[in-house]
Amino acid sequence: MSKKITIEPVTRVEGHGKVTIHMDAQGNIQQSRLHIVEFRGFERFVQGRPYWEAPVLVQRLCGICPVSHHLAAAKALDVIVGAGTGDGLTPTGEKMRRLMHYGQFFQSHALHFFHLSAPDFLFGVDGDPATRNIIGIALTNPELAVQGVMMRKFGQEIIRATAGKKIHGTGAIPGGINKNLSIEERDEFLKGADPLNADKMVSWAEEALDFFKKYYFANKDFVDNFSYFPSNHLSLVRKDGALDIYHGVLRAVDADGKKILHDVDYQDYDKYIEEEVRSWSYMKFPYLKEFGKEKGWYRVGPLARLNTADFIPTPLAQKEFEAYKALTNGKPNNHCLHMHYARLIETLHAAEMIRELLNDPDLLGDDLVIKGEKQKEGVGLIEAPRGTLFHHYRINDNDQIEMANLIVSTTNNNEPMNKAVNHVAKSVMTGKEVITEGMMNAVEVAIRAYDPCLSCATHALGKMPLELTLVGPDDQILDRKRTH
Amino acid sequence: MSNLIKFKIDGKECMAEAGKYIVDAAADNGIYIPTLCNMKGVKPKGACRICSVRINGRLMTSCTTPVTDGMEIESNSADIQDLRKSIIELLFVSGNHFCPACEKSGNCELQALAYRYQMMVPRYPYEFPTKPVDASSPRIIKDQNRCIFCKRCIKTIKDENGRSYFVFRNRGHKLEVVLDEEMGKTIDSATAHLAMENCPVGSILVKEKGFDTPIGKRKFDKEPIGSDIKL
Repeated sequence: MSKKITIEPVTRVEGHGKVTIHMDAQGNIQQSRLHIVEFRGFERFVQGRPYWEAPVLVQRLCGICPVSHHLAAAKALDVIVGAGTGDGLTPTGEKMRRLMHYGQFFQSHALHFFHLSAPDFLFGVDGDPATRNIIGIALTNPELAVQGVMMRKFGQEIIRATAGKKIHGTGAIPGGINKNLSIEERDEFLKGADPLNADKMVSWAEEALDFFKKYYFANKDFVDNFSYFPSNHLSLVRKDGALDIYHGVLRAVDADGKKILHDVDYQDYDKYIEEEVRSWSYMKFPYLKEFGKEKGWYRVGPLARLNTADFIPTPLAQKEFEAYKALTNGKPNNHCLHMHYARLIETLHAAEMIRELLNDPDLLGDDLVIKGEKQKEGVGLIEAPRGTLFHHYRINDNDQIEMANLIVSTTNNNEPMNKAVNHVAKSVMTGKEVITEGMMNAVEVAIRAYDPCLSCATHALGKMPLELTLVGPDDQILDRKRTH
Repeated sequence: MSNLIKFKIDGKECMAEAGKYIVDAAADNGIYIPTLCNMKGVKPKGACRICSVRINGRLMTSCTTPVTDGMEIESNSADIQDLRKSIIELLFVSGNHFCPACEKSGNCELQALAYRYQMMVPRYPYEFPTKPVDASSPRIIKDQNRCIFCKRCIKTIKDENGRSYFVFRNRGHKLEVVLDEEMGKTIDSATAHLAMENCPVGSILVKEKGFDTPIGKRKFDKEPIGSDIKL
């Protein structure tokens, strides 16, 4: 008899989603899907609002990386107020925003690794779910748990100092920033008592990376082969090819490393990217127009960024980057679980950048905002922790937003996550009579690697659980497991 | 000093000049009575009722009631505090007050009162009315979602001939305070800023002014509303 497996809710990810897996009578996987089941309407309800409200309004999409939305919206509005297309701000304006962004990167990556993913590495994908969580880490590895919490706290404090609040601040305004960094704030981050200082964060980021590398080399076959599939990769890169999460040009490479989007100005993103709507999900499926729906889909996020960038402009992360690239002989890395490796290299880079920026006197400057000739339309792009984030606004003659288009990071990863779910379902469930919790968690591990934030991607509201349903060919539900 | 009179608020002996409105006389004695529609220098109108106190068993608005010799005023009792809180809640549910994206957040008197009265969830259902935003003036946005009909703009924002920039339009549940279309075209920057400042909520916004005051530096970030009234 055929089966349909439903995993609902998916756990240890941000937002709501469910997975359905259809099996035929012989136990072959026919179809697997990650469904995004709730809806949000930010693009619609910002219409008619004054444009300067966008950075504070749209960031309410999410409580995990609101800074990304805050900054992407502010960057789009920089264009509208005539402050250039991302590199025209005052040094204080740009560097305060960068500090805010690296602070959020650091805290978001730390949250994902320590709170959401590390339990799978410490206790095994099929470990006891009762302890395979952050509480289990706190009980068995208290130092690691404290490290995760304090790294997150440091990043959050950086956000507070730059945006005014740890969550949903107001720092970035069209054309710049509303505050500089005080000497006291700077000194606290640079010389604060252990562990809350920049040096400690750099060394802790190195330790977290070492922790993962140890796990990786002890489980190389599993990590390398889990949900491996080739794909295109897309991200911002600095004009010289360096990793840059705040500003740059748009680049995409294919699975072999060939450039398929050649460092283009993201103001023209809609010339290159299109979105497909599928009836079973509230999340769209973006793809590169030139290559069509079948071949144009791409991955974003840490894996993609380290595939598109030529180098990392901080020494410790660059050294790790070189070792990481050597694993794939300099070619793009298409290993799903290497996403964690890449994420931790980025975490180290963020810590180094925070330390570098804190030593920059421009942060203490008073020249905060710049404006020029007003424009009617602007696009803001940023690399959110989960990947490339697009904000596009058009205003009317009365300064009201008349069009908004957001392509959020997780939306860009929609097709890859579906591919990953299918890949894992085929490899662990094919021909199995009984679907175990460990098998279901394996599906979640694949989704989790992308650090999806389904609430903002789906424009959905509420808490996210994951449900897995096993469905027969006649759509009869044969088994359903739900995790909370 | 012969016109000083004695009165009591919640049993506390107070003194004030005869004829002063209760809300001002209370402030002179270090006692805060909340207000929303009331403004110093403007004839009081008792529109919002948030300053209600009880005198001789009757609820009176303290912004319009002069203090008299021997008057005994009840202000801080639980039922009056709850009445004030319910007025705040009614104002919230009857409009669309989305504080997180409002430029006035941190400077908004309604929001500050909600914090002071520890409003968590209104006891009344939200109406979610459909309200327009008038952005046709080159300097001002009038957002009807947030208007509480306090009349402060009508009473205080006038041109050199004494004509109000803001006027009432319609009646009953369709009532709204609007910016005069013609005058709105020529309102100058200083007047626009004054209008925004005098509005106790975020219904009047100066165009392109948004969030330039960082969190922590806004009016009510440091102390709750009414903290300036102390002896």
